[in-house]
Amino acid sequence: MATSTEAATSGEVQTVVAARRLEHANSVFIGVGRPSTAAILARMVHNPHLVLVYESGTIGAKPFRIPLSIGDGELAETADAVVSVPEMFNYWIGPGRVQIAFLGAAQVDRFGNLNSTVIGDYAHPKTRLPGAGGAPEIAACCQEVVVIAPHSARTFVEQLDFRTTVGYGDGPGDRARLGFHGRGPTAVVTDLGVLEPDPETCELTLTQIHPGVDVDSVRAATGWDLNVVAEPQSTPPPTDEELSSLRDLLSR
Amino acid sequence: MAELTSLGEAVAEIVRDGDSIAMEGFTHLIPFAAGHEILRQGRRQLELVRMTPDILYDQMIGMGAARKLVFSYGGNPGVGSLHRFRDAVEHGWPHPIELEEHSHAGMANRYAAGAARLPFAVMRGYVGTDLAPITRVRPIACPFTGEELVAVPALRPDVAIIHAQEADREGNVQLWGIPGVQKEAVLSADRALVTVERIVDELEPRPGGVVIPGWVIDAVAEAPGGSQPSYSLGITVRDNDFYRFWDKLSRDRDEFESWMRQHVLTEVRTP
Repeated sequence: MATSTEAATSGEVQTVVAARRLEHANSVFIGVGRPSTAAILARMVHNPHLVLVYESGTIGAKPFRIPLSIGDGELAETADAVVSVPEMFNYWIGPGRVQIAFLGAAQVDRFGNLNSTVIGDYAHPKTRLPGAGGAPEIAACCQEVVVIAPHSARTFVEQLDFRTTVGYGDGPGDRARLGFHGRGPTAVVTDLGVLEPDPETCELTLTQIHPGVDVDSVRAATGWDLNVVAEPQSTPPPTDEELSSLRDLLSR
Repeated sequence: MAELTSLGEAVAEIVRDGDSIAMEGFTHLIPFAAGHEILRQGRRQLELVRMTPDILYDQMIGMGAARKLVFSYGGNPGVGSLHRFRDAVEHGWPHPIELEEHSHAGMANRYAAGAARLPFAVMRGYVGTDLAPITRVRPIACPFTGEELVAVPALRPDVAIIHAQEADREGNVQLWGIPGVQKEAVLSADRALVTVERIVDELEPRPGGVVIPGWVIDAVAEAPGGSQPSYSLGITVRDNDFYRFWDKLSRDRDEFESWMRQHVLTEVRTP
């Protein structure tokens, strides 16, 4: 385990940047992995009142350690309420009661649509991925979606092999046409930077780059011709508090 | 009223070749002991229904017990892939398997409709995805407002199997902690088997406790530790190391089969 005097890795920066997006949030819906780590970090450093909602039905979980699965006992034991799966989707996710959802995916396209179903042809896949889980309805209904994914041309693709989850569909107006109440993806946080939808075209655009990363390397790691805002912001490096809290959390 | 019986007798009585079987438990209370007993009794051609197939269905698929999988998320939670599931879908090993996949919201609503004995449930979802055209959902207009919604067909499995912490001697069952979709699964099925950590004289009310009356359950069998490597809140702890171990072991067909023979197929039956 790195000590807090060592420079942050790109993965640590990604987690810290995702956590910062929860500074003023009321509630966040999370799966396991980096999204969960970022949300727990946000509760530790930025926002002690943040309500963590896990798909397993735990609302207001307060995990001390990073859970391996969304159903770990500590989540149920520390939650404000534990609800059934039908209740979670029909009463909590569906009506948009959860403000921000963190989602991951194997593939992301320029409109923030996600694939977590197959690589290759559906009937004869090269790689069978786990499938939709809660993502399609979470992305349709939560007020806002933040996608967290590693930045590579394998992940950020021109064309999804399967559209599991809708971001902005084929572009402006699609979410309204499909009857979605949530705003859709407001950011994609990667280990290289942050992409945000262009206000006119909805196309994911590089708005922020992490320390030590240049625009060309982000372009090279993106499978479509990536738009970049005129003056991308430099990500402020993790503070000592952010980094030491994250490393403390990972060591628990 | 539920019959209190042994796991072996309960499975022999309730589970038949070709059945559709819903073994539920959302990361918690997964009925591993019952699934292993089904494998020991050699049931075949099963339609396995479950929101999150997890390691148990990976084992059942890898042993060739399944002809079809109805599901919404086929991963090893927090670890990665289910390698036996992937091998069946990607390479048809040990034989090809038919898939019917949904979203979690879709599956949860399908169980709820089945429990209510309604033909379908209404929800918002699926639209705009590539899932909609390949699975069993249909658009439906709200008769009051005209809003376009989605209908998902009720799930009516032949058999539901769940694991709970406790049952009393009348076969009334109580589970607590993450309740998942187990109550809906039991009420949606024609026959229901519940394994429990322990039989008690009287069920003690628990915060968040879900009680399922014995008269909607066919058989209750005591199976202490029966949800391991998943867990039964307050009694056993999730064996996270096993989930990681499974990721390595299950990649290899021979290692998988030899492990299953040694640890599942030859295990002494619960008396």
